[in-house]
Amino acid sequence: MDFSNEPPKLLELLYGVIAFLAVVGVLLFVLDKLPMRKERWIALTFLFPAGALLTIGLVIPAIRTFILSFTKPDIAHPGTNKFAGFENYIWMFTEPESRHTLLNTLLWVLLVPTVSTAVGLIYSVLVDRSRGEAFAKSLIFMPMAISFVGAGIIWKFIYEYRPEDEKQLGLLNQLVVWLGGTPQQWLLKGPWNTLFLIVVLIWIQAGFAMVVLSAAIKAIPAEIVEAARLDGVTPWQMFWRVTVPSIRPALIVVLVTITIATLKVFDIVRAMTGGNFGTSVLAYDMYNWAFPFDNTGRGSTLAVFLFLLVTPIVIYQIRNLRQQREIR
Amino acid sequence: MTVVPPAVVTGETEVAPGGVAKRVGKRLTSRTATVVSILIALLWTVPTFGLFISSFRPENDIKGDGWWNFFTNPSFTLENYQEVLFGTSNVNGRLASYFINSIVITIPSVLFPVFFCSLAAYALAWLNFKGRDWIYIGIFALQIVPLQMALVPLLSFFSRGVSLGGVTILPAWDLQGPDKFIQVWFAHTCFALPLGIFLLHNFMADLPRDLIEAAKVDGASHPKIFRSVVLPLIVPALASFAIFQFLWVWNDLLVALIFAGGNQRTAPLTVRLAEMAGTRGNEWQRLTSGAFISIVIPLIVFLSLQRYFVRGLLAGSVKG
Repeated sequence: MDFSNEPPKLLELLYGVIAFLAVVGVLLFVLDKLPMRKERWIALTFLFPAGALLTIGLVIPAIRTFILSFTKPDIAHPGTNKFAGFENYIWMFTEPESRHTLLNTLLWVLLVPTVSTAVGLIYSVLVDRSRGEAFAKSLIFMPMAISFVGAGIIWKFIYEYRPEDEKQLGLLNQLVVWLGGTPQQWLLKGPWNTLFLIVVLIWIQAGFAMVVLSAAIKAIPAEIVEAARLDGVTPWQMFWRVTVPSIRPALIVVLVTITIATLKVFDIVRAMTGGNFGTSVLAYDMYNWAFPFDNTGRGSTLAVFLFLLVTPIVIYQIRNLRQQREIR
Repeated sequence: MTVVPPAVVTGETEVAPGGVAKRVGKRLTSRTATVVSILIALLWTVPTFGLFISSFRPENDIKGDGWWNFFTNPSFTLENYQEVLFGTSNVNGRLASYFINSIVITIPSVLFPVFFCSLAAYALAWLNFKGRDWIYIGIFALQIVPLQMALVPLLSFFSRGVSLGGVTILPAWDLQGPDKFIQVWFAHTCFALPLGIFLLHNFMADLPRDLIEAAKVDGASHPKIFRSVVLPLIVPALASFAIFQFLWVWNDLLVALIFAGGNQRTAPLTVRLAEMAGTRGNEWQRLTSGAFISIVIPLIVFLSLQRYFVRGLLAGSVKG
């Protein structure tokens, strides 16, 4: 293999690291040497790098995206956009294809948070204080470190299809064959194929739910549990009347966090079906319209819609976090 | 952070007499509970395990039958790795090159946000100035903005510059070749800031006030306090944010796809793998070993530094 392409990259990395050290050095030097009495000026210097980057990289672009969502490509002047009013928004809710995408997104949002939280909760209750708890938890937690693309490939391998007369490569089809069924092309047939993609995200997110809920379960005061035990509750009652109410704030945080992650899912769809066979979701369509199709108006509209969906959830979570902090 | 250290971190803990422990333990170590938890554990590990086993099977075996046949008919080869990493033809992936790209992208994309966020978090936690709370709320609120909101304009900022009414305010960066890494670093740094500042602010604000006051009485200036008092104390927080950012950047597909482009000169592993999964979906000898190559580094980082990662999770971090 030809390695002539590699040294320039490493040189670039070196430049990057040197630039970083220079930035650190200059900022600390300026802070040290300038005779600044007023805290306001010191604060300005401390905040400047982050503030400037946030403005250039996030605030201004977000405002421009919002404006772009009211435009469409100007055919008379290629490469520019013209005002389109609410056309894109009407398109999003009326075009069958984009409506299908929205429905898929809804299915993801309904299933992923609930199922992964349920699995995480059940598992953390089951292994709580058992022998080898740490190891058992690491097993479920491990997918958190795997990229969505990697997870997509792992599961694509599970769903792999071979015709009936050949040996199966995919575990799922092999199980079907062992049970006497015929192998299926799991990822090609709608509407079920979306469910098979959803499994992948559940697989990734359950570990997150498990870790947070497990910490919450361990924080339940022993007196409460003791009191319940003296009242002679069954394990079932203990779970529903003591455990679940006690960890309610943590449950909400987990559900909300996973919901936000689910709304933005992109990589899994890209790696597994490329958005084909009716599996596209909101964030995937956004990318497709804005970049390969170069229709920034429609792409921006989908981004704005994503933003509108996330906003109430995050506000709810902020209030929830604040209440928790006050209780502490 | 007033968070109970989770057991993943501390390992097995002593069973407190009469605690939740005994209770739950006694009731649920029943047979059904054990069966259910083993089933879940299997479901969560077998897929990765199958990929791992497959990546060491010769091509004919991988394409011939399922990976579970490895146990009855074991054969082992490193050829898949050799081919997918260094193979000369275009089909092979040449992942070695993309692996280097991933490293070049990741290191600065972690360093810059960690430093900028700790500076900003310090100002917001320990300096008194007008409008401090409003700036903090503003930055916090930016966590709402999905990065999808910023992609289109940010890309045009790099490729076309900024102009207002025909007057060029900032020229296009127009980065070529390895310089394209700069715009990936820039994008990742921007997108990391709201979460990073929030996370580090929480840790810094929890430091004892007396400590900072004492340093002030000793005549230390704010830059000095930041450097020699605060920074050393929040190393664990810096570590947990750095791990977050590392996993995020290494595993990211969307930002890389847009800002790094799709070719061997700048694109990271995720971009190449997603592409291979699409166009060479049946070349399992390359896909399995390729996927494992992309997984191995985050897995090592994750398993060795799990403690810090979990701490970050429990501090309530949500990445925009």
